[in-house]
Amino acid sequence: MSIENQTFTEKYDLLGCIQCGRCTGGCPVTVRAELNVRHFVDQAYDEGKLDELARLAEIWDCTACHTCAVRCPKGLKPLEVLIGLRSMIVESGKVEPTVRDALQSVLLEGNPWEKARAARTDWMEGLDVKVAEEGQEVENLIFTCCTIAYDPRVQVVAKNMVKLLNQAGIDYAFLPEDESCCGSEVFTIGEEGLFEMLVEDNTEYLNNFNAGRIVTLSPHCYTTYKTHFPDIRIPLYHYTQLLDELVQEGSLSWKGELQKKIVYHDPCYLGKQGGIYDEPRRLLKSIPGVELLEFDRRRERSLCCEGGGGKMWIESQSTEERLADTRIKDARELGADIVAAACPFCVLTLEDAMKGLGYEEEMRVAEITELLGELIEA
Amino acid sequence: MSEKPKVGVYVCHCGINIASTVDVEEIASFARDLPNVEVARTYSYMCSDPGQNLIKEDIREHGLNRVIVASCSPRMHEPTFRKTIQEAGVNPYFLEMANIREQCSWVHDDLEVATPKAKKLVAASVAKVRLLEALEETEVDAEPATLVIGAGIAGIQAALDIADAGFKVYLVEKTPSVGGRMAQLDKTFPTLDCSACILTPKMVDCAGHPNIELMTYSEVEEIGGYIGNFDVKVRKKARYVDFDKCTGCGDCANECRVKDRFPNEFDQGMGKRSAVYLPFPQAVPAKYTIDPEQCLYLTKGKCGKAPKCQEVCGVGAIDFEQEDEFVEFKVGAVIVATGFDPFDPSKKPEYGYDDYPNVITGMEMERLVSASGPTGGKITINNGEEEIEPKEVAFIKCVGSRDESVGNEYCSRVCCMYTAKQAHLVREKLPDANIRIYYMDVRAFGKGYEEFYDRVRRENVRYIRGNPSEIFKRGNKLVVKAENTLTSTPVEDEVDLVVLGVGMEPRKEMRDIMDLLRLSQSQDRFFLEAHPKLAPVDTATDGVFLAGCCQGPKDIPDTVAQAKGAASSAMIPLARGKVTISAQVAEVNEATCRGCGFCVEICPYSAIEMVTVNRFGYEIEVARVNEALCKGCGSCSAACLSDSIQPKSFRDWQILPQIAALGAMK
Ligand SMILES: Cc1cc2nc3c(=O)[nH]c(=O)nc-3n(C[C@H](O)[C@H](O)[C@H](O)COP(=O)(O)OP(=O)(O)OC[C@H]3O[C@@H](n4cnc5c(N)ncnc54)[C@H](O)[C@@H]3O)c2cc1C
Ligand code: SF4
Ligand code: SF4
Ligand code: SF4
Ligand code: SF4
Repeated sequence: MSIENQTFTEKYDLLGCIQCGRCTGGCPVTVRAELNVRHFVDQAYDEGKLDELARLAEIWDCTACHTCAVRCPKGLKPLEVLIGLRSMIVESGKVEPTVRDALQSVLLEGNPWEKARAARTDWMEGLDVKVAEEGQEVENLIFTCCTIAYDPRVQVVAKNMVKLLNQAGIDYAFLPEDESCCGSEVFTIGEEGLFEMLVEDNTEYLNNFNAGRIVTLSPHCYTTYKTHFPDIRIPLYHYTQLLDELVQEGSLSWKGELQKKIVYHDPCYLGKQGGIYDEPRRLLKSIPGVELLEFDRRRERSLCCEGGGGKMWIESQSTEERLADTRIKDARELGADIVAAACPFCVLTLEDAMKGLGYEEEMRVAEITELLGELIEA
Repeated sequence: MSEKPKVGVYVCHCGINIASTVDVEEIASFARDLPNVEVARTYSYMCSDPGQNLIKEDIREHGLNRVIVASCSPRMHEPTFRKTIQEAGVNPYFLEMANIREQCSWVHDDLEVATPKAKKLVAASVAKVRLLEALEETEVDAEPATLVIGAGIAGIQAALDIADAGFKVYLVEKTPSVGGRMAQLDKTFPTLDCSACILTPKMVDCAGHPNIELMTYSEVEEIGGYIGNFDVKVRKKARYVDFDKCTGCGDCANECRVKDRFPNEFDQGMGKRSAVYLPFPQAVPAKYTIDPEQCLYLTKGKCGKAPKCQEVCGVGAIDFEQEDEFVEFKVGAVIVATGFDPFDPSKKPEYGYDDYPNVITGMEMERLVSASGPTGGKITINNGEEEIEPKEVAFIKCVGSRDESVGNEYCSRVCCMYTAKQAHLVREKLPDANIRIYYMDVRAFGKGYEEFYDRVRRENVRYIRGNPSEIFKRGNKLVVKAENTLTSTPVEDEVDLVVLGVGMEPRKEMRDIMDLLRLSQSQDRFFLEAHPKLAPVDTATDGVFLAGCCQGPKDIPDTVAQAKGAASSAMIPLARGKVTISAQVAEVNEATCRGCGFCVEICPYSAIEMVTVNRFGYEIEVARVNEALCKGCGSCSAACLSDSIQPKSFRDWQILPQIAALGAMK
């Protein structure tokens, strides 16, 4: 395993860096945290300094938005240097208890939320949902995501998905309760060993299904599978692609209308990393009555909500305004009634910010499926 | 093969390049024992004068009639040694090169491995050299004319040089005017000459030159033939304006029913023009053109009661019946000078070029500061709300260059200097503006460039080291999000105007030219030259040369220098009046050829055609090689099912013993 013997410099191609500063220049958290990712790329060349670098608190401020990687003119992934340093800390066991527990839970229960595996499909209760069996032939195999499966706020994504797919009458099946975490957050937290295990296990598990495509509900699962699971043989889709397709071909249509101004927030994992910008917008626009607004910082220039990179388990030390707050304020200034996103983390972070700012009366944060689900009920 | 082969083997040390890993003396003594070998020697540099003389003396003294030089790749010195033996009276094709450098000493570091391998290579050459045939080169007349494709500064300069030397030039330009990108520039670094002032006289010269036939609004449709004898067909697109009658008065454009309605390409879309137009006031020729995609009459069949331009033209030059014309002619050489495209910043959406009117490209800036530009040289800009004179101005360098995320690894070589130039022009026009240039490196490599950079900095232009990552809006300001990498400080810099220092890319339509002339692209996608150092204006197609930015990003001084180089290279066959055709070409055995035509399809140089011959009263098809086009690559012979087409010097019965010799020795 030569990879393991690679030095930091080799593993992260540090010598390819031309110190242009685009990574730090684009990094959204620089406005509120000390983090300067370019500096780490520069300094990590010195093996003797790694321990010292790994102890700096700001390595935990990275949200894994990947802006630095997308912008780098030399194909480096600066954030992975931070992840490499994180993994040194994880290996030494000196992580926050919240992080340790989340990782432990992934290992034992296949999810970071410290919930029992057996409860993974509890959300299905009372729903007319098709569940996949190994070997069964199915066109659309739905990968639910830990957060959507367990978090009561975003379970609605899965529930509404069932209704939407039933309505469209297409061939689909959800993965059963042995679906395991995609490892998106495990990877960014730096638990390399656990992540490698997930890559191996999930690849084998998913390849065992005779599916036309895997449709993920969270962009984190989508992008993580696409980038880190090269051996998954089944084509990967995000649900916005599938629903957009169904609406375009006329298999899904809306009852009633939604007289609202909606601004769409591009999740980093779907947009910048997944390259999916148009499908969610087309979906929202397909709703009668909707006026679709746009943030100034949209699409490739979208502002990160700080939901990723393990930030669900690590509180930032910063007292500066949170990016989710900035985002909500911008939406309010635009006059939006609804901030829509297509990612469970974005919904949780943005809603939290909206509540914190006290805008609950005037605005709403919604996952796209939430809105769509309301439009198929008779 | 009447006379008995007498072979001389010459083993080169190549300094230590070969001698340090191959025991050259051992090779020589080994060679002496090979059949037909009369002499075998070593020398430090065979290609040197004394080295060559050694061979010549041996030829005279020992009556050698075959020579093997065991040294470097034949690509390097085969021509050298052919000439050597020819001078000593031996047919130049009685030479074999045993490549014991690239194929042996350079790829091994162990004497014990390299020496036996070098022996094999020499033995194989001996096996082959005995079987070579004497070949004769032929000469054909060269047409004393040149085709120049593209009339930017590169094409103009090349055309003028060749025409001044007394040869005919056909200068074909796609757009209605000559001048290319240089005509769009305001002042030029580093001397700040006004671009129009130094270019316009050359534009006028090339239009009026008795030896230049200028074809604007024209494109090359077909090129056949070979060096010395290219057959060219050009499409002269219909201008719908009679070229000879038009006086360039401009009445038509002034009265056009869709006057000033369309983005003016010359002003980068910042100004407007009519459907009938002159690209810019100094355009050469000063003849109007009707844009068939915008003219009401041509698109809708109707323009009021009668086309306005036709009504107002005092000389009756408007002619809607005009059709594309084709002209055919012969030339001896071709110069490709099709230039570049500025990088399209829409490919870097993080800079918001498509979103903000006050994010502009360097090319747009040239027009904005130009007195003949859309604002008459006043720097004003729409910030999304109103037209303002910018107070805070930022330049960003390396946009689309040195950036693998857009597939451009190369440096565009002009943007460092043109941003400095533009900063200077902004300083001149807006003395109170705060100007900063975001940079990664400052590449001021040319004559007078570093001095110019120094001057601009001292004019209070701030250089901030860091390549910005993003632009967004806050209020009516643009925010440049970057890091000052010298102080490790992230910045959100609020400005009124951002100029993107876009680099150069190959022309989008270059593939047409590639196909026409069988040219290739280098890694950076610009046209590939024959050798980056020693043949920078030549291409793999004999008689076709490159000039200017079509070969790679360049400033004007380098473009002009290369154009002059291409002109002088193109004139070699023209001045000689003849071209030599290599003798090492494929030959068809018509008696066995089945006429299947596989070889025709496979030949990368289109050198083979099928011809009908009469055999004992039967008309049959057989392949025939155009020796002027054939490069002797052997693709055809690999494809031929009946072994009927074979390259001379590489016939089966010549190379099979060679291969056998390689295999036979352990
Ligand atoms: C913003 C900017 C500012 C610059 N400022 C300076 C400066 O101050 N000083 C300096 O030294 N350099 C400067 N340069 C560089 C300069 O523009 C180039 O060196 C020069 O224009 C190259 O000339 P060219 O003839 O090779 O190409 P081009 O100017 O691109 O000319 C090519 C010509 O070929 C024609 N053509 C293309 N394809 C075909 C075809 N298939 N058939 C027929 N015709 C065809 C085109 O229409 C065009 O007329 C600047 C460049 C930029 C982008
Ligand atoms: S963007 Fe890439 S090349 Fe530039 S400083 Fe960061 S890591 Fe280095
Ligand atoms: S991934 Fe995002 S937050 Fe992390 S260093 Fe890169 S740009 Fe900053
Ligand atoms: S009005 Fe006639 S002569 Fe004048 S520019 Fe137009 S076409 Fe030429
Ligand atoms: S010339 Fe300067 S600005 Fe242009 S690509 Fe090269 S380094 Fe960048």
